[in-house]
Amino acid sequence: MTLQNTKTFPQGGVHPANNKLTADQPIQDLPLPASVSVHLGQHIGKPAAPVIRVGDTVKVGQLIARADGFISAAVHAPVSGRIEKFIDVMDQTGYKKPAVVIRTDGDHWQEGIDLSPDLVTDIKADGETIIQKIADAGIIGMGGAGFPTHVKLRPPEGKTIEYLLINGVECEPFLTSDHRLMLEKGHELVVGIKILLKALRINKAMIGIEDNKKDAIELLRQHAAAERQIEIYPLKVWYPQGGERQLIKSLTQREIPPPPKGLPVDVGCAVFNVATTLAVYEAVQKNKPCMDRVVTITGAGLTNPGNFRVRVGTFVTQLIEAAGGLPDNAGKILSGGPMMGKALPQTDIPITKTMGGIVIFPANQACRKPSMECIRCAKCVSVCPLGLEPYLLMTLSEKGLWERAREERMLSCCECACCQYICPSNRPLLDYIRYGKSVLTQMLRAEKNHE
Amino acid sequence: MSPVVFYTIISLSTVGIVAAVILYFVAQRFKVVEDPRIDQIEQALPGANCGGCGFPGCRAFAEACVKADDLSQLFCPVGGSDCMGVIAKILNLQVQAKEKLVAVVRCEGSYDKRPKTIRYDGAPTCAIMHQAVSSDTGCPNGCLSWGDCVVVCRFDAIHMNPVTGLPEVDEKKCTACGACVTACPKGIIELRKMGPKGCRIYVGCVNQDPGSVARKACQAACIGCGLCVKACPFDAISLEKNLAYIDQDKCKLCRKCVAVCPTGAIVEINFPPKKQPQTDATRHTTHGEGETTQPKRHTIQKKT
Repeated sequence: MTLQNTKTFPQGGVHPANNKLTADQPIQDLPLPASVSVHLGQHIGKPAAPVIRVGDTVKVGQLIARADGFISAAVHAPVSGRIEKFIDVMDQTGYKKPAVVIRTDGDHWQEGIDLSPDLVTDIKADGETIIQKIADAGIIGMGGAGFPTHVKLRPPEGKTIEYLLINGVECEPFLTSDHRLMLEKGHELVVGIKILLKALRINKAMIGIEDNKKDAIELLRQHAAAERQIEIYPLKVWYPQGGERQLIKSLTQREIPPPPKGLPVDVGCAVFNVATTLAVYEAVQKNKPCMDRVVTITGAGLTNPGNFRVRVGTFVTQLIEAAGGLPDNAGKILSGGPMMGKALPQTDIPITKTMGGIVIFPANQACRKPSMECIRCAKCVSVCPLGLEPYLLMTLSEKGLWERAREERMLSCCECACCQYICPSNRPLLDYIRYGKSVLTQMLRAEKNHE
Repeated sequence: MSPVVFYTIISLSTVGIVAAVILYFVAQRFKVVEDPRIDQIEQALPGANCGGCGFPGCRAFAEACVKADDLSQLFCPVGGSDCMGVIAKILNLQVQAKEKLVAVVRCEGSYDKRPKTIRYDGAPTCAIMHQAVSSDTGCPNGCLSWGDCVVVCRFDAIHMNPVTGLPEVDEKKCTACGACVTACPKGIIELRKMGPKGCRIYVGCVNQDPGSVARKACQAACIGCGLCVKACPFDAISLEKNLAYIDQDKCKLCRKCVAVCPTGAIVEINFPPKKQPQTDATRHTTHGEGETTQPKRHTIQKKT
């Protein structure tokens, strides 16, 4: 076997244990729920505006809320049935947000959606039609960010895209939904990439995959062997390899200017997650809008961990039941991975388009260790992929020294949690930095309004 | 005297005198003429530099007073009406006596009444917890008990009660500067009138969930039943978003609302104990002092 030269980003990062318990579990369909609670604001930007009323009957894939504004996305019915009510439902942040409840009745799909498993390779639609179809399908960044895809495909005035980057990295421990998609839907993924290339009017696509998914790398290389524009690059198994800033640096050696101003489009790149790319294939070739996704349900104590295709709006409770039920010693339920995931306050929380994994930790692993004083070891500085000084940012946040925090680029933090992971004193670095970022953002907004 | 010593003395003295003359003229040229009343007023002020007046420090407030034509918009909550009277005399202006205000904690959801639904493991401040998970109980609006309000108080007037998990205001020390009001991320603390002999009534809840949800989360919650609104003979109580609110300008402290509230959400402070025994176990009277004991009836002076 030849030694692969894997690319990586130059600064910072950590290597948490992979724990990919469900890597070999093929995707199963989760049985239809009795009702779904579909949040109207699953994406970045303004929440969608409902176009249906209580009492209406809807079919699967029918539009239930249209995009409201330039940065917004449509929402479609994930099940067929009756619109029961509009109500505020708790989402993964712990806050209640507006949602539509649909009581399921059968599985009747909207006319025009191609439900056959046949691969459609011929891309008939032109670039502008492709982007419109993606917008109509309500596709958003399914890697977790939730940015409306159609907006990404229309770069602003004066900016051009040169490279299409496909994010198949999945660097978070435990999560395997993207891995399974690459193994099981590889052909569809390749067509999806070609669709995106057509929409962007370029011919250079790079797929980045972490080297712990050698089977996916090999398989996609075979599928894409005939496509000159698509190249697969194995990347070093190092967190946060899948962050778009790190991915762009690893694959193109280009650096996005630091946040809050920098975006991939500033360096001529567009980055899309594999689940998003697959949703693009389904929307353009099969007329299927974005109303379901593959979710990994995993954790050491589960009897049946796996990867399930789940309709949006299904409660996490049902997903846990399908995995064999909540273990007796369950201590923490995370939405996302252990690095950037959010602990859920209850299980009656609906799956949204951006939730790719649920990880259950036993009680003896769920709690943080007690926090101690900073010993100035600077481990947090060496692991920060953005080159920040987390120990300093935490102190500035504690003391409310916001001008200095701004100078120290607190807003550049990408919240990867490498600093909090590595700190030997168990200091809640990221908690304070997140708080500081929200205060600074509000301050800057107030300043801007004053001008 | 040796020549070295003699010439040293002469040359250094000359340098000294020249420097003194230069400094005198520079001091005169760059003299800052300030109204001497600013210093006088600053002396009269408490000097806590708490910002309760809305100015950055006592000196800035003193400057504002001297510049102002009248003192109606200027008030030092720490010094109070007495201090404003002294300032008015210095400036030869009129000043109206303002009602003394005090901070009031509008949450009665103690640990025993409002059970925890999750364990919060994050950074131990109210601001961060509020941003991260909203709450670790079923009530999204209730007190988070980390004491951001206690940390920010400059007058030692608010302390966390470890038994109840709620902050208690020491009304003798509270200056109503408003620091705790801003520090609380849930907006629980309000500045209300101290009241005649310190008697005041307020709704000790800010939960806006529907009654059944609120009640499930906390036994002392306001459930929005509206009995208080009906009971009030002075039309002082309004109900909005499942939450009652008492208008302190209309409230005549008759306590009819306290008697009808089914959950004990309405709180009365500093009233003498009623003659009849209390019939409902959930109702209680708390007193204003910051003692960390079980709530008890207040035995203050008789009503005249």
